Amino acid sequence: MKLKGGLPLILILITLLLIIPFLVSSYYVGLMTQILIFALFAESLDILVGHVGLPSLGHAAFFGVPAYVAALVSLHLSNNFWLCLLAGLCATCIIGAFFGLLVMRARGAYFLMITLALAQLLWGLAFKWTSVTGGYDGISGISRPLLGIPWSINGTLSYYFFVLLLVTVASWALWVIVKSPFGYALKGIRESETRMLCLGYNVWAYKYMAFLLAAAFAGLSGVLFVFYNAFVCTDDMGIILSAKGLLMVILGGAGTLVGPILGAGIIVFLENIICTFTERWSLVLGIIYVVVILFFPNGILGGFQKR
Amino acid sequence: MNFWLFQALGGLSFAMLLFLLSAGLSLIFGLMKILNLAHGSFYLLSAYIGLSILKHTDSFLLAVVISFSVVPIIGVLIQRFFLSRFHLMELPQVLLTFGFIFIIGDICLWIWGGLPQALPKPEPFSHSIHFLGLVFPSYRILVIVVGLLVAVGLWLFLDKTKVGSLVRAGVDDQEMARCVGVNVKMLFTGVFAVGSLLAALAGILGGPFVGVYPGVDIDILLFACVVVIVGGVGSLKGAFVGSLVIGMLDNFGKALFPEMSLFAIFLPMAIILAVRPRGLFGKE
Repeated sequence: MKLKGGLPLILILITLLLIIPFLVSSYYVGLMTQILIFALFAESLDILVGHVGLPSLGHAAFFGVPAYVAALVSLHLSNNFWLCLLAGLCATCIIGAFFGLLVMRARGAYFLMITLALAQLLWGLAFKWTSVTGGYDGISGISRPLLGIPWSINGTLSYYFFVLLLVTVASWALWVIVKSPFGYALKGIRESETRMLCLGYNVWAYKYMAFLLAAAFAGLSGVLFVFYNAFVCTDDMGIILSAKGLLMVILGGAGTLVGPILGAGIIVFLENIICTFTERWSLVLGIIYVVVILFFPNGILGGFQKR
Repeated sequence: MNFWLFQALGGLSFAMLLFLLSAGLSLIFGLMKILNLAHGSFYLLSAYIGLSILKHTDSFLLAVVISFSVVPIIGVLIQRFFLSRFHLMELPQVLLTFGFIFIIGDICLWIWGGLPQALPKPEPFSHSIHFLGLVFPSYRILVIVVGLLVAVGLWLFLDKTKVGSLVRAGVDDQEMARCVGVNVKMLFTGVFAVGSLLAALAGILGGPFVGVYPGVDIDILLFACVVVIVGGVGSLKGAFVGSLVIGMLDNFGKALFPEMSLFAIFLPMAIILAVRPRGLFGKE
């Protein structure tokens, strides 16, 4: 990832993201909001997959749990966005801190299996704990919260810009983290854990911090999503979302941070288009998985080659 | 007293079903380092095939024969043409198998529809039996017996035969096995076939009491993963003990606290991960 070529590209991208919403119908503005939210989700997963080399198949837990918590807070406690966000982030960090303790010693395919099992158990809890989560029906009737400043985020367009602002800030923060000494230490761990241990790095602590960071940023995307969708259900924390996140990362290019944004854009767009054409969209999606892996195993921006 | 005995037998039969599923998942994982997410899809496909054949012919034997030939063939095709290209690359492999969850699941939905269904029980086992003042479906007893027989058979195969020792060698130290001339490629395909065969058996056996519905593939996959985590990767003994623990706990959990029942299997998994990160019988 070279900064020289990257900066103008990012400026062009942001300019486009600022202009396009005024030119297209509100359906596409909604779609773009979705893409931004999932882009942040994929970026947060990329911290684990691309930068530390920990392939998580349970990342949806850090999207779904804060979504549920924010929904419950906004329905029962307060309609202030920042309070909902805070509650959601606290929830995701607590779960991340707990899961992190359990998974840190695993790696590779075993890491995939443990994260899958942990997240699916939370999914099962959301499914069965009907009195709180609404079970299969989920929680509906969530209204857009207030920001506490004279800026309403009720409209499709205004919520889009709000999401754009937060996702841009979060992406910038992720970029700063990745380019910091901490980020380079993570890359070192990906390349060789033993070498980093010998150099005196506390590898466990670095990985644990990265896991928490990824959980927190995914949590932000989950909270943004629940207020976009006005609805949260078990689909928002299941294996299907976790795998979709991984697909976005792989398709765009793991370890590039910009790649996952591209991946999210392509997958969310395809999903919405295919849905309108065929009832068999799930079959088509399965074929997309296979095709992406067969033809783009290193991603479109394939910066990082597998060892 | 009756309640506990009844639930224990129910738990035991579920545990045997879990063993059939997790033994295959664990062996495939141990040997090839592949997390085969489509393992539950093999269960789904087999149960649906069994359902169709039983509806049209009433022959349980025919259902078993056809499902036992179709499912392993699909498994081997997936392994040979897709997974083997990405040897030891866990991310591409896991996403490929996830793609096959969608593909197999949606084709099944297309053919068999979305309503939950249950396979009819084969004739001699469609009634309940009475013993110790207890009424218990005899089919569950059949599941327990088949599970135990398969466990003994697999153990004899892995422990006493030449091919079995090659598989164990592959699990323990693949490079070494390769060096002494083991045909690892054939071994991979063979174990994948056996694993999908066991999942197919689970589909036919479990169809009458777990049922078959869109999404059962992922439900059953979760249970199998938890069993492997508790028991330890690549260990047959681990799969057996893990299945007993998880099957029992799940059954009692469901009976005692329905809303929170998943914690009954979550808790032992969390404890095992904290105390023995490689599972009860896994190698450190």
